[in-house]
Amino acid sequence: MTDLLIAAIFQENLALSFFLGICTFLAVSERVETALGLGAAVIVVQSITVPVNALIFQGLLIDGAWRWLGLPDVDLSFLKLIAFIGVIAAMVQILEMTLERYVPVLYRALGIFLPLITVNCAILGGSLFMVERRYEPLEAVVYGFGSGVGWALAIVTFAAIRERLRYSNMPDGVQGLASAFLVTGLMSLGFSAFAGVGP
Amino acid sequence: MAQAWNRLIAPLIDENPVTRQILGVCSALAVTTSVNTALMMSVALTVVICLSSVLISLLRHHIPNVIRLIVQITIIASLVIVIDELMQAFAFELSRALSIFVGLIVTNCLVLGRAEAFAMHNPPGRSFMDALGNGLGYSLILLIVGGLRELLGQGSLLGYFIFLPVSEGGWFQPLGLMQLAPSAFFIIGFLIWGIRSYWTRQAEPAKFPLVRERAGS
Repeated sequence: MTDLLIAAIFQENLALSFFLGICTFLAVSERVETALGLGAAVIVVQSITVPVNALIFQGLLIDGAWRWLGLPDVDLSFLKLIAFIGVIAAMVQILEMTLERYVPVLYRALGIFLPLITVNCAILGGSLFMVERRYEPLEAVVYGFGSGVGWALAIVTFAAIRERLRYSNMPDGVQGLASAFLVTGLMSLGFSAFAGVGP
Repeated sequence: MAQAWNRLIAPLIDENPVTRQILGVCSALAVTTSVNTALMMSVALTVVICLSSVLISLLRHHIPNVIRLIVQITIIASLVIVIDELMQAFAFELSRALSIFVGLIVTNCLVLGRAEAFAMHNPPGRSFMDALGNGLGYSLILLIVGGLRELLGQGSLLGYFIFLPVSEGGWFQPLGLMQLAPSAFFIIGFLIWGIRSYWTRQAEPAKFPLVRERAGS
């Protein structure tokens, strides 16, 4: 379990080695505070949706899941995309309402980022990896949490680097997006060094 | 007609989805280790974005505003499921190589972004042109990046050797880095730098400009 956690955070970092959630990663990383807020939201949503999707997939969609009803041939696994995105959208909505009701401070801090998470491919990607690698429900809990932490770690570090780069004197064409890509490339190179870590 | 033509041409470079609008970057980076996968992904995405734009544009007067995102995502997800099943049926090897990234077209911000920004307010014909243009602009970047990575990483294009690598008895030493994640970031970064140096209009002004030293002070 610890191996899985470490691997999900460092070696298989969703943002830097699988390029998931890069759109948001590049767009919402101008300041460390906002990056922290978004990172926290991703950790929460990811830790909830991956296990829930694992339960739904193994209980309802997988080949043979309806055997107890006398329908052994029903294979609904092609419906996983719609089921997962529905779960994610619903979870984000519920989380938004719960936070607004009980933790208004956090709700205001996260504000616009919560709805954005629905279309963050890191979330859907986490659930799809869970299916592809056949994680057990307990592993899914660990993987969901770990991959969320990994994504948050990447965006916070990246935002910190971009804050330092604010006053650097770059050529006109590199300013902005191109520099963001180059910096992410260097970070990704750094994270790939983790590949040798662990058993 | 000229306007429709313009909608098709503009997204190729001027408003390119990847290098200008930062839409659909995730998949653009992940599937470009070889031209084959890049081509397959481009075709899949272009088909999905064209069909979804036309469908959403046809339905635009019937979709209640409050739940439009859910309706759009459901339409896109259904189309992606069809494409995914077709790929597994007719190109199984490639669909293995693309792994989860075909499924991730659902959350590709490019598809949803064009549906939300263009197809919801325009008739089907023009939405189709816009979607096709954006699909092609996306494909253009994917093929450039995929081509560079395959050529420098394996010495081949579409599986045929252009530079004969050392392992095959040739002279070319493949650059292993090109097959790894970081190189995709570097190539797109340099590509954007190139585009913005040539079409300077696209360059972003510095948000915190340096104060130039005045002469004599």
